[in-house]
Amino acid sequence: MSGTAAPRSRRPSIALHAAVLVFGALSLVPLLWMLSASFMTTGEASSFPPAVIPHRPTLIHYRDLFGRLALGRYALNSALIAVVTTISSLAINSAAGYAFAKLRFKGRDRTFRAMAAGLAIPVQVAMLPLFLLVKGLGLVNNYGGVIIPGLASIFGIFLVRQYALAIPDDLLDAARMDGAGELRVFRSIVLPTIQPVLATLALWTFLATWNDFMWPLIILSDDRKYTLPVALAGLVGEHAQDVELMMAGAVITVLPVLVLFLFLQRYFVEGVTEGSVK
Amino acid sequence: MNGAGVAIPTTMGRKRRIAPGWWFVAPALVLIIVFFVGPVIAAVGLSFTDFDLYALADPRAARWVGFRNYSRVLHEPLFWQALRNTLYFAVVGGPLTVAASLGAALLVNARALRWKSAARAVFFAPFVTTLVAVAIVWRYLYHPRYGLLNWMLGHVGVHSIDWLGDPRWAMPAIILMATWKNFGYNMLICIAGLQNIPRELHEAAALDGATPFQRFRHVTIPMLAPTLFFVVIVTMIGYLQLFTEPYVMTQGGPLRATTSLVLYMYEEGFRWWRLGVAAAIAFLLFAVIVAFTLVQRRLSPRGAE
Repeated sequence: MSGTAAPRSRRPSIALHAAVLVFGALSLVPLLWMLSASFMTTGEASSFPPAVIPHRPTLIHYRDLFGRLALGRYALNSALIAVVTTISSLAINSAAGYAFAKLRFKGRDRTFRAMAAGLAIPVQVAMLPLFLLVKGLGLVNNYGGVIIPGLASIFGIFLVRQYALAIPDDLLDAARMDGAGELRVFRSIVLPTIQPVLATLALWTFLATWNDFMWPLIILSDDRKYTLPVALAGLVGEHAQDVELMMAGAVITVLPVLVLFLFLQRYFVEGVTEGSVK
Repeated sequence: MNGAGVAIPTTMGRKRRIAPGWWFVAPALVLIIVFFVGPVIAAVGLSFTDFDLYALADPRAARWVGFRNYSRVLHEPLFWQALRNTLYFAVVGGPLTVAASLGAALLVNARALRWKSAARAVFFAPFVTTLVAVAIVWRYLYHPRYGLLNWMLGHVGVHSIDWLGDPRWAMPAIILMATWKNFGYNMLICIAGLQNIPRELHEAAALDGATPFQRFRHVTIPMLAPTLFFVVIVTMIGYLQLFTEPYVMTQGGPLRATTSLVLYMYEEGFRWWRLGVAAAIAFLLFAVIVAFTLVQRRLSPRGAE
């Protein structure tokens, strides 16, 4: 278990590493099997005993998906929505989070508390009238209807505020003395200072948007506008028997976020610990 | 706290001027009010109307029906089944997920472990994946004949469970998948919690001759209890909003065994366009979530001190 200064024998260490290996295998097996099955020839994954490694690896399912099934379009839709959402929500939430931390205005703390209380309300409660509102705005089956309602994030504002509280006021005041306006202060002093939390927020927003399912499912009715998860859920309805094809689709959907995670791990981890341990 | 006001010579004498702070929060605030607060309030009204497909074409067709949606839903056996399923998922899945998180955290935090960050990354990887995609993967892992899971279980003498086709096994299957997907997140919180336990406590216990298990039982668990409790409740509240897994893996079946409240709400609202009824379901879900939150407030070990 966790740390003692006692000298240890080799045996507990071997047991520990074995346990980590088992746990790690359990975490990775579904993903590895997905990858492996995506290269199998049609029907190969439906055999007993289960095929683990593709006998004659093939790219035919990927070709099928990008050719006949136009998955490339969905990937582009997903990417477009995720990038636009990430950039705009970053601007909106960082400005608000900073103001709630560092600018003084009447009603600030009351507003912030009221907003934080909203975190307790599940999004599903708002969903039905929100759909009617989006419909009224003519944004059903439109990327705007997917993107705009989620741009302001109470959680994101919270995260930025926590971080911005640590900015020394002297730093901001010095800039103001030099004649910088509030916007200028924000751009050239605050934003660079809170960069780490912005990276975290950007990653989490991108991830959440890329992976989101229920809201795009509700808003996007034209299948040319589907995001990857929505398209994939539709595909499994028609092609449930094509295991290998579906696995290739799953790989295409999951790979971008996994790669992102692999390279930017640190920011993911910081996001979790900062968001929870106040 | 701050002298930010000093440098902003506010309005004295001049005409009313909006404090810059408001400009900074305005975009977020407007969006939150228009797309969240407004709809939440409107949902209350919606749940008291018979808003349906006809009203969708012409909102004037909707009429006020008082509590009829609520009484109708509460008399619907499917609602109670969805509630039971949802509670089953949350009450079993939440603690199970956190138990896995704690186990993983203890492993990663062990001092003798090499490649700590690699282990942590591997455990966390399922969490970042796209739920729809991995739910599809698990559909095949659960295949009664060709699935990897039954094949592995076959080696220990368990024979072909029809995971997603048997009403008794479908929810456990979804719980298992959700545990796999989500434990990495709470693991990070548990690691942070473990690192906050003063090392002297462990050393003192070790000096007194406590075995590793005793130290776990009498030092780690009590010190971590507030964190664990909080994490379990938050996970359960998240799990009460179960939707994607049954939508993709079972369509709520077999025999409605995996129909959750949110899936039920989705079907009423967006498949049958009974938005009034669906809004009532949403508020009943909210009531369940509030109940969980209150239990947390009341029982929180931190609050009891």
